[in-house]
Amino acid sequence: VTEGPTVSQPSSAPGPQAAGGAADGLARWHRAGGIVAPVLTAILAFLAGGLVVLATGHNPIEVYKGIWNGTGLAWFYQVGSHEVGIPFTDTTVWFPWDTVSRDAENLQQTLILTSTLILTGLAVAFAFRCGMFNIGGQGQYFAGAYVAIWIGSSFAGTNSFVHITFAIVAAALAGAAFAGIAGILKATVGAHEVITTIMLNFVALYTGLYLFSQGGPLQNKAQVFSPTSNEVLEGARLPVFWGDPLLQGLHIGLFVALAALVSFWIVINRTTLGYEVRAVGFNPEAARYGGISVARNYFLAMAIAGVFAGLAGAIDMLGWRFSIGFSDIQTASIGFVGIAVALLGRNTAVGVGLAALVFGALLNGTASRNIPPEAFDIPEQAGNLSLTIQALVLLFIGADILILYVWAKTGQRIGVGRRSAV
Amino acid sequence: MSVGTAAIERVGVDRADLARYLGWLGAGLGALAFFLTLPPVTARSPIVPLVVGGLGVVAGGISLREGAGRRLATLAISVGVLGILLGWLCTRSNVADLDQVFVWSALIAATLRAATPLTFAALGGILSERSGVVNIGLEGMLLMGAFFGFLGADKLEHWAWGIVCGVVAGAALALVHAFISIHLRADQIVSGFAANFLALGITGYFFIEVYTDQGTPGDVSSIPSLSIPWIRDLDFVGAAIGNLHILIWVAIVFVVLAHLLLFRTPAGLRLRSVGEHPKAADTLGLSVYGIRYVAVVLSGALAGLGGVYLSNGITHSFNENMSAGRGFIALAAVIFGRWRPYAAFAACLLFGFTEALALRLPGAYGEDQAWTTLFRALPYVVTLVVVAGVVGRSIPPAAVGRPYVKQ
Repeated sequence: VTEGPTVSQPSSAPGPQAAGGAADGLARWHRAGGIVAPVLTAILAFLAGGLVVLATGHNPIEVYKGIWNGTGLAWFYQVGSHEVGIPFTDTTVWFPWDTVSRDAENLQQTLILTSTLILTGLAVAFAFRCGMFNIGGQGQYFAGAYVAIWIGSSFAGTNSFVHITFAIVAAALAGAAFAGIAGILKATVGAHEVITTIMLNFVALYTGLYLFSQGGPLQNKAQVFSPTSNEVLEGARLPVFWGDPLLQGLHIGLFVALAALVSFWIVINRTTLGYEVRAVGFNPEAARYGGISVARNYFLAMAIAGVFAGLAGAIDMLGWRFSIGFSDIQTASIGFVGIAVALLGRNTAVGVGLAALVFGALLNGTASRNIPPEAFDIPEQAGNLSLTIQALVLLFIGADILILYVWAKTGQRIGVGRRSAV
Repeated sequence: MSVGTAAIERVGVDRADLARYLGWLGAGLGALAFFLTLPPVTARSPIVPLVVGGLGVVAGGISLREGAGRRLATLAISVGVLGILLGWLCTRSNVADLDQVFVWSALIAATLRAATPLTFAALGGILSERSGVVNIGLEGMLLMGAFFGFLGADKLEHWAWGIVCGVVAGAALALVHAFISIHLRADQIVSGFAANFLALGITGYFFIEVYTDQGTPGDVSSIPSLSIPWIRDLDFVGAAIGNLHILIWVAIVFVVLAHLLLFRTPAGLRLRSVGEHPKAADTLGLSVYGIRYVAVVLSGALAGLGGVYLSNGITHSFNENMSAGRGFIALAAVIFGRWRPYAAFAACLLFGFTEALALRLPGAYGEDQAWTTLFRALPYVVTLVVVAGVVGRSIPPAAVGRPYVKQ
C-alpha cells in the first residue's frame, strides 16, 4: 500500500558537546521528551479509559484500584524483614521483601505475562526498525506454540535440558519460517506485509483448530472428546524459580525474554545486520543506493521477528500453559498486545522491556479473577476495558506529535530549550 | 528463443503479450481444474484436475520464462496448484453430498451475500486511499457498524434505525482516524490499526454491558429481502437473485455511483488530485484537509454500512470480533482492483465466493472430518495468493500514506 510506516525514533544522538551548556540542556530536554511522551501517553490512555468506565455507570476509582491490586506491583514498596530461599537449593537468606505474599503471587503472574509480551513486542519492534509493520505476531506465536506443544508432549524420557532446548529452538525456527513467508513475499513480489501477515494469522488459527480438533493429528489421546492438545511432559516444562510450580509460579522464561532484549539491542545497535536493517527502515531507496540488499533485509528482519514471536509461544506453552485448546486459540491476543508494547516502547530494547511490564500488569490486573465483584457485574468486562486502554495508547502514540508539541512549548516557557541553540 | 515464439513473432504478436496471455491462461486452467470436478460436470477421476491444473502450472512456468513477470507467473502457478488440490479433494467426496453443496444458484446467492460487506468496505477503502489516506481501520469500522447497527435495530425496533446507527458509528471511528492521521500527521497505518483495536474494545465492552453474557436476542428486526416479481419465478436466476437482501442491491448501485463520482464528477477529480499531488491541489485552492476528512469519514460510513449488513443481514446476531479480518480482505480487494470500483467489486465477488465455498465445502465430507476445518482458511489463503500474485504490480495513488503539511 505504502512504504513502511515511520514511527518516530527516539533522538539517541548525543547533543553537540562543544556547543556548550545551552545545547546540552536542549539535548537533555529532547531526550527527556522521548521518555515523557510515552509516559504521558499511557497516563492519558488510562484517564480516557476511566471516562468510558464512568460513562457506563461504574466507579472508575474502584475499577482501577482492583486492577492495581491485581497487578502485584504493590509488592515492591512493601519492604520488611523476610527470608528468601535460594532457588533450587534449601538454604534461606535475609531478604527485604516477602516472597510468599498475595502480592508476590500476583507479581509472578504479571511477570509471566511480561516475559511473553517482551518477546511479542520485540517481534513487532524488530520488523518496525526495518520499516515493516508486523501484525503477524499472533500467527508466529501460534507457529511456535504448536511446535513447542508437539515436541514438549512427545519424546518422553529425553534428558530435560536437551528436551527443553530442542523444543524452544524448534519453536523459534517455526516462528521464523512462518514470518519468513511474509518476508519473502515482501522481498520478491512486494506484497504488503500488513495484509499478508494478517492473512497468515488466520491460516495459523485454523491450522491450530484443525490440529487439536477431535480426530486431529495432535489432539489429546487421553481425552478423545476434548478439542485440546496433549499435556507437555514434566521433563519438558520450564523450571520455576519463584513461587509454587503447581500454582503457576514464575518460570525461567523471564530470562529467555531478558536475553532476547539484550540480543535485540546488540543486533540492532552493534552489528552490520542491525545497521542494514535500520538503514532500510529509514529509507529503502537510499539503502539500495548504498549497496544494501533491501530484499535480503526485508526477509531477514521478518524471520528474526518470527524468532521472537516463536520464542514467546514456546515459553508460554512450556512455562505455564502446558496445553493448548480450541478456546485458547480463539481468544489468544497476546501477539496483538505486542504491537502496543512495541509502539509504546518506541521500538527500542529498554522501551519494549518497560512497556511489556506496563501491559503485563494491565493484562494481569484486568484478568477476571482480579476484578472485585462490585466493580463489574461481569468480570470479563475488565478485559474489554484493557483492550480499550491499549487502543487509546496506540491512538495517543500516533498523536505524540501533539504531546511533544505541548512539551516543547512548556520547555520554551521555562527557558530550557531555545530553537536558536540548535 | 523457441521455434514457437519465433513463429508467433512472424505473425506479429508481441512476445511480452504472449507471455502475459500464457500467464492468464495458466490461472484460468487452474480455476478450470477445480470447476471440472464440481457439478454439473462432476469429473470423478483425480486425473482430470491433475492434468488440467498441471497444464495451468506449466503455462505459468513458460510465461515466467518468456518474461511475463514474476507476479503473474506466481499467480498462475499458485492458482494451478490450488485448483489441483481443491479438485482432487472434490473427487474424494460423495457425489450426492457434492450435489447438495454445489447448488450453483444458491452458491451465487451466498457469494453475493458474503461479498456485500466486503464491497461496502472496499468502496470506502477506495475513497479514502484515493484521497491519500491509508485506511487499515476498515476492519474496526466494519465491527463498529456491525455492533451499533444491531444495537440500533434492537433498541429502536427497526432495521432502518440500525442502518443509521451503524453508519454513524463507522463514520465516528473514521473521524478519529482522520483527525489523528490528517491533523496530527501520525503514521496512518499505526493510527488505523489503533482504530481497529479501539473498535474491538468498545464493541466488546458495550456488547457485554448491554447483552451480558447471554448473546444477542433472536427477534430483532433484520434487513428485509427484495423479492422481485417475474425474476423470482424463473428457474435458475430466480433462486440466485430473485430474493436478495436490499443491501446487496444497494452495494451494487453504490459501486456504479462510486465509479461515476470518482471519474465523472469535479468532486471526484478533486478527491483524486488530493491523493496524487496534494501540493498542486493546495496551490489551486482546494482544501486538502477538508477533502481528506470527507473521504475518510465517508469510507467509515460505508464500512459501517457493510458491518450492519454483516450482523443484521447475514448472521442476525452479533459476536465479539465478528468482522474476522474482512476489513483486511476488503483492503486486498482495493489493491487487487487497482483503486477502481468495478475491479474491486470483481475482487470482492472472488473473495465472497471463496467464503461461500469455505462455509459449504465441509458439508460434502460429513460432520466428523477434522481436516475439513482447514477449508475455513480458504478465503485467507486465496487472499494471500492474490496479494502475492497480482497486487504488487498495481500502482497506488502517489501521495497515499503521506501526511500533508499545509503550506
